[in-house]
Amino acid sequence: MVLHAPVAPTGRLDRLRWTLTDGVTLVWRNLVQLKNQPGELVGALVFPAVMVVLFGYVFGSAIKVPGGGNYREYLMPGLFAMTSITSFMTTMLAVATDASKGVMDRFRSMPMARSAVPFGQVGGDILVGALGMVIMVGCGLAVGWRIHDGLPKALAAFGLLILLRYAISWAGVLCGLVVKNEETADQMVPLVFPVSMLSNSFVPTAGMPAWLRVIADWNPVSAAVAACRGLFGNPGAPAGDVALPLRHPVAATLLWSGVLLVIFVPLSVRRFRTLNR
Amino acid sequence: MTSSEPAIWAEGLRKRFGPTEAVRGVDLEVPEGGVFGLLGPNGAGKTTTVRILSTLTLPDAGRARVAGYDVVRDADQVRYRIGLAGQHASMDEKLSGRDNLRLFGRLYHLPPRVARRRADELLERFGLAGAGDRLVKTYSGGMRRRIDLISSLITAPPVLFLDEPTTGLDPRSRGEIWDTIRELVADGVTVLLTTQYLDEADRLADRVAVVDRGQVIASGTPDELKAEIGSRIDVVVSAADAFADATAVLSRIGEPDTDPESRRVSVPVSAGSVTLPAVVRELDRAGVEVEDVTLRRPTLDEVFLRLTGRAEETAEKVSA
Ligand SMILES: Nc1ncnc2c1ncn2[C@@H]1O[C@H](COP(=O)(O)OP(=O)(O)OP(=O)(O)O)[C@@H](O)[C@H]1O
Ligand SMILES: [Mg+2]
Repeated sequence: MVLHAPVAPTGRLDRLRWTLTDGVTLVWRNLVQLKNQPGELVGALVFPAVMVVLFGYVFGSAIKVPGGGNYREYLMPGLFAMTSITSFMTTMLAVATDASKGVMDRFRSMPMARSAVPFGQVGGDILVGALGMVIMVGCGLAVGWRIHDGLPKALAAFGLLILLRYAISWAGVLCGLVVKNEETADQMVPLVFPVSMLSNSFVPTAGMPAWLRVIADWNPVSAAVAACRGLFGNPGAPAGDVALPLRHPVAATLLWSGVLLVIFVPLSVRRFRTLNR
Repeated sequence: MTSSEPAIWAEGLRKRFGPTEAVRGVDLEVPEGGVFGLLGPNGAGKTTTVRILSTLTLPDAGRARVAGYDVVRDADQVRYRIGLAGQHASMDEKLSGRDNLRLFGRLYHLPPRVARRRADELLERFGLAGAGDRLVKTYSGGMRRRIDLISSLITAPPVLFLDEPTTGLDPRSRGEIWDTIRELVADGVTVLLTTQYLDEADRLADRVAVVDRGQVIASGTPDELKAEIGSRIDVVVSAADAFADATAVLSRIGEPDTDPESRRVSVPVSAGSVTLPAVVRELDRAGVEVEDVTLRRPTLDEVFLRLTGRAEETAEKVSA
């Protein structure tokens, strides 16, 4: 059983290359996991479709869009944003599971790039998220949602959604590393819903009590939703006296994502390095 | 690595978790090749020691070198030369056994084709080829431990850490793991193994160290440790009512261990101090009818109990 032992990287370039390969390997792992759990994948993909029906037709029948327009056109950007922030719980669950099952320990006993694990995790999540987004777009088109302002702006909107998803999954990585326990992580899943509901995703914030409205207006989700509505040309664009982030929703989304990344990337990577130390 | 350097060497390792001092100055020297057993009761600090040596935990104090490299300063170099099978199986349950091995191979930076070949090779060699394509979550406890152990062999590392590799396994699965370990040793691998089963250490280990409350309290070959506490005389009486008399007779030699259920009294004797015929005569004179009298070397269990001096706790562990 003679196998030439691989050698540790020496140069900075070598290290960078290996960090990338490790990241790709972990993305591969995420995809194989999904292939092995078709149930989870179907669930992740059917969920958005159910939401479209539930909100679009059940609640939508009673909600009036400010400034007029089709509620389902108003709704779709909200649902896009909602699925983006579910990446928080999927990443947290995956990371917590690895940590509780000792898989993290095995990774850490290997000469792999320390930061590859969290990067691989969020990278895999982005691919799954993109797939979910495609399905969601299909559902939207089926119920009458349209892109009105041309493809470039629409792509910019999807870009923003992916950026937000990416930033939020980093928060999920940190939480997963902190709870380190599958069951606890499972119990935290429902917390995602209030965060996405407490925004302009489903109803205009104008009707909320003042204190709640402040929270909703400053919720990063609201900025992303407003940005998407503007870029897709969907109804419900904020008008008149609105909170600062909603006046410049694209900039606000970029800023929020940047802030989340600046906080959670270093914390997660550090936490991963020093796990159980 | 010079050939004279021990495979594992540690000096004054310490690690504290909050108020608990898990490791309080552990020294180890494990020569290249063979099995080194780390024995100790629950909470003795075995896992913490293994985690320090396998670069998962930073020691608060002390130094350690594994396969010629410092575990803190040259952690990556150490990581290329060790395999670790932790106390709790550490596989991705949502992947098949084969994909797990491929994943780990890739993370050791083997080229994809080599990683795949290596996975097939290992599954074949260690009798898991049939189950290789099933998800690990469908594996039995024994198969899990085995795939976990195999996962640590991907790069054929010269030093292996196995933390309680057979805990919770049935005798057959244990035997299979032992065979695997013996095969590895025949290949020249150095294995550091922690265990609570002393017969396991007795069978596999060339040298053992007994750890208690974070310190090494004895080390040597199993034979040396047994010799240190001397031989024992075991008496099994025929009838339960003779038990007290037998205990009284043997108390004159030393402090007896009694086991009324199996009607066995056992007493340690230092070499040359008493002869078996003398004991038999004494028993006869006291009118004790015996079923069996033997002079034997102590088991490693007895050595362990004597050394750790925490008989009650160990009894709890056995009954648990
Ligand atoms: N991460 C940790 N945080 C807090 N305490 C810890 C941690 N790891 C270990 N300990 C404590 O350190 C002591 C030694 O633990 P360790 O796991 O090394 O013992 P062990 O010999 O492996 O025991 P066992 O036979 O039960 O596996 C115990 O008291 C344990 O509770
Ligand atoms: Mg342990």
